[in-house]
Amino acid sequence: MPEKYHINITPTLPRFTPVGKVSAIERDGCLGCAKCAKKSCVYDVYKNRSFDSKQLTDTIDYLCKNCFRCVQECKGRLFSRAINPEYKRLGDSYWKPDIIATTWYQAETGKIPVSGAGYLGPFTGHGFDSMWTDMSEIVRPTRDGIHGREYISTSIDLGRKLVSLEFDTQGHLVSSPPPTINIPMPIIFNILPFGKINKNMRLAMAKAANKLDIPMLIEAEEYFDELSPYNKILMPQFSAKTFETQKKLLTGARLAEFIYEENIMEYIAQAKKINSSLIASVRLKLDKNAADISQKLIQDGVEIIHLYADYQGNEHDAAQPRFIKDMVRDIHRQLVAKSIRDEVTIIVSGGIGLAEHLAKVILCGADGAAVDLILPIALECRVCKRCTKGLSCPVEMEKIDVAWASRRIINLMGAWHSQLIEVMGAMGIREARRLRGETGRAMFLEDLERDFVNAIMCK
Amino acid sequence: MSNNIVESVPGVALAPSRYRNQISKYIVYRDKTCINCGKCVEVCTVGVHQQAGTSSFSRPEEHKCVGISCNACVDSCPQGALSVIINPMMEMLGDYRWTNDLILSTWYQAETGKVPTNGLEYSVGNSGGGFDRLKIKFPENPSIKLKNEEISTAIPLNRRNDSAHRVEIGLPVYGGGMSFGSVGLSTIIGKARAAKAWNTFTCTGEGGYHTTLYPYDDHVITQVATGLFGVREDTIKRVKIVEFKYAQGAKPGLGGHLLGDKNTPEVAVMREALPGSALFSPFPFHSVYSVEDHKKHVDWIKAMNPKALVSVKVSTPTDVDMVAIGSYYAEAHIIHIDGSYGGTGAAPNIAKKNIAMPIEYAIPKVHNFLKAEGVRDKITLIASGGIRTAQDAAKAIALGADGVVIGTAEMVALECVRCANCESGRGCPRGIATTDKELTHHFDSDWSSQRLTNLLSSWHTQLVDILKKLGMRSIQELVGRHDCLEYEGVKIG
Ligand code: SF4
Ligand code: SF4
Ligand code: SF4
Ligand code: SF4
Repeated sequence: MPEKYHINITPTLPRFTPVGKVSAIERDGCLGCAKCAKKSCVYDVYKNRSFDSKQLTDTIDYLCKNCFRCVQECKGRLFSRAINPEYKRLGDSYWKPDIIATTWYQAETGKIPVSGAGYLGPFTGHGFDSMWTDMSEIVRPTRDGIHGREYISTSIDLGRKLVSLEFDTQGHLVSSPPPTINIPMPIIFNILPFGKINKNMRLAMAKAANKLDIPMLIEAEEYFDELSPYNKILMPQFSAKTFETQKKLLTGARLAEFIYEENIMEYIAQAKKINSSLIASVRLKLDKNAADISQKLIQDGVEIIHLYADYQGNEHDAAQPRFIKDMVRDIHRQLVAKSIRDEVTIIVSGGIGLAEHLAKVILCGADGAAVDLILPIALECRVCKRCTKGLSCPVEMEKIDVAWASRRIINLMGAWHSQLIEVMGAMGIREARRLRGETGRAMFLEDLERDFVNAIMCK
Repeated sequence: MSNNIVESVPGVALAPSRYRNQISKYIVYRDKTCINCGKCVEVCTVGVHQQAGTSSFSRPEEHKCVGISCNACVDSCPQGALSVIINPMMEMLGDYRWTNDLILSTWYQAETGKVPTNGLEYSVGNSGGGFDRLKIKFPENPSIKLKNEEISTAIPLNRRNDSAHRVEIGLPVYGGGMSFGSVGLSTIIGKARAAKAWNTFTCTGEGGYHTTLYPYDDHVITQVATGLFGVREDTIKRVKIVEFKYAQGAKPGLGGHLLGDKNTPEVAVMREALPGSALFSPFPFHSVYSVEDHKKHVDWIKAMNPKALVSVKVSTPTDVDMVAIGSYYAEAHIIHIDGSYGGTGAAPNIAKKNIAMPIEYAIPKVHNFLKAEGVRDKITLIASGGIRTAQDAAKAIALGADGVVIGTAEMVALECVRCANCESGRGCPRGIATTDKELTHHFDSDWSSQRLTNLLSSWHTQLVDILKKLGMRSIQELVGRHDCLEYEGVKIG
């Protein structure tokens, strides 16, 4: 059994009052009642509220839990609640306010978000929201013999696997397995899709990755010396343009990534001359050619393929873009059909915004996922994209403290790790490795709909 | 012969909101130019405007207002003093499944016992799938014309026809398991009294059997869950139905969890636990790894209480049909499937949203499979996990269930606003899902039992109406009648 992986959580308050969902409205005309409705707020919201002079907001919008009691109890009927327009404006069509708010919560507390009442969202939705994960019950709870969460392993291997082992006549192993790296959780930190990433953010991400013992991608030309304590987990990324000037970073690196182009294997061969134990990943755009190119890359001996969708999880360069989960499923199936899927590690990225996305994309056939935008969100980013236009950042990203930021990232990953274990536990799957491509443990909207229609049509 | 056990509708009585300010869908403003002519009082058919003496008005009773589609008062006011707008607060009340209309209309039914007539949508929500995209197809003229008294909503629960109790319930609906601890006594007793009034059942949940429930023994299902909290030979012997809870739809595959704060000394006594400590019930039953193990459990209950009906509550994995048939062979009387979108006092959001399938998909799957195996008429199929309205219940039955279990609808009847705070700190700020001394004083069991009785009453009226339009004498005729349903497919928006 692998050593137990534990992520240390340290509650870490935000620097700014988070944007709350509620807009607390209060009319004039207080009657001065002896037993004021404000006093019976279970959460002491009125007592604890304050004016945040930096953001010019009343913290009540964030503190109020929307139980409507003061609204219904005030004799003067002074209170009302509406949705905070600023909350609605958070993020974009994919990175919805709810994703951002739950990420803030997890980065602050490191806890699994828990609530009462049932699920409040729609029946189904686009992308990851059109699939469900399975669970074990009576007839097969023993699938993996779950005896406790502590036995569930989330680790995966990065690298190439042998298809078969060969032995000599004495029964000694003659084939030597290629190098692999075991990471305790199926996540790597990706290059950010947009935004200006400053030194402190970079350092905080590296510090967190190092603590978590998971790799972090960095454009080779962006490397700076203060990052050297974290060299072990850094995964420099090279393009044809930067290879020559930056290749010194290859010495000592365990992993490196190469942006795909046709003669990519030549660069990788050169890199391996410099560092023979290097594990190479090829960064490949998820577009209509991705499946065929992946197949070719595996035949050429590539160890890791990193398939990246756009930052909202959509296919690149397509009029009717497919979603990452569907593309990964197709590619996984194609490679399985060719009997080469097991030889390579597939990492995917683009639109991985919740712990459930991680579990789901693995069920669809990835070995692991690379996360990006979620990291600045953990640091209070509001996905307003002002930075991309050269405007000031509302949460002063340029001023973050490295220790604070790395704690927030570790908290978020801790919460994701616990959630991954929750869903795996429910499924009765004990190893993240075995989650990969296990679509029998997933339910897809299109299948359920088809079965449903058939079931209620037949007489 | 009518086998309608409910001979007359049990005592419906007005049970108004316990809050001084009602939340209304519309806001009615009267400005200072009003001259007290009384025209608005005259034209409003639902009594929103009431003159307080000759020179002033009391505040408009906005929660009765049917809204902008009417506008009669606005149009007839000679001074232009009135305006009616949608309450901006509606944005913060309700969600996709439980829209503000559904919450407000459930309050209306709980208050009056009647089917809403104030223009609120009381049948479907806005989830874009499942029940919200299914319609009941009514024939233009029902094949037989029936009077209300000829229509029965009763169902039997023992279809094995063995030596166990022959239990029949007056409505194809019973109350879901809510433990003492997760909800307070006023809620528990209210549920039991409403169950008695309608000759149906309530369920203890896994927190043990509170002594105040003893007078309702014949209407209580006692639950045996993995934590075995408060399960004693005496509690098994008291009741007519014992339920094994293998899983819960809102958190399938995960155990139960009672937060330390909710484990008050009183709760702890019943659970035979230490007050203030968080209580976990594990998943799964570590003594059940197969249908054979499960049968051992059933036998164990039958040895203690040979006349008890055994219900098996499970969630909805992909092979829920296999689970159901397994339960049948283990000699359960009732297979209770709980879909993924059900309510809960506390569950990880990731579980509520993602794990297991929605109940709508599971019902026909199980129903058809049991039928193909030739045992459908030997077991009672009960569905839960997102049954919000009388129409949902009818649709679930048409999909193949014999009856349904409700939970959130009961909470909403007691003025739950779906704020989802039940798990935090002292529990529900509105005094429903909590045992906090101060908060539970917000209502008593007279009020709660009346609200719940009223709700069931309105549901009964609606079910009878549906059956009448379909030309069916009994709700049992509707089971599995897929031809009575029209499905529009999910809408992703
Ligand atoms: S709505 Fe509830 S939580 Fe919010 S301020 Fe009023 S009483 Fe407090
Ligand atoms: S908050 Fe806006 S400006 Fe700041 S990093 Fe995020 S997207 Fe950029
Ligand atoms: S109709 Fe207009 S003026 Fe007349 S009482 Fe009503 S609000 Fe006042
Ligand atoms: S806390 Fe909110 S959701 Fe939970 S029972 Fe109370 S009102 Fe309902």
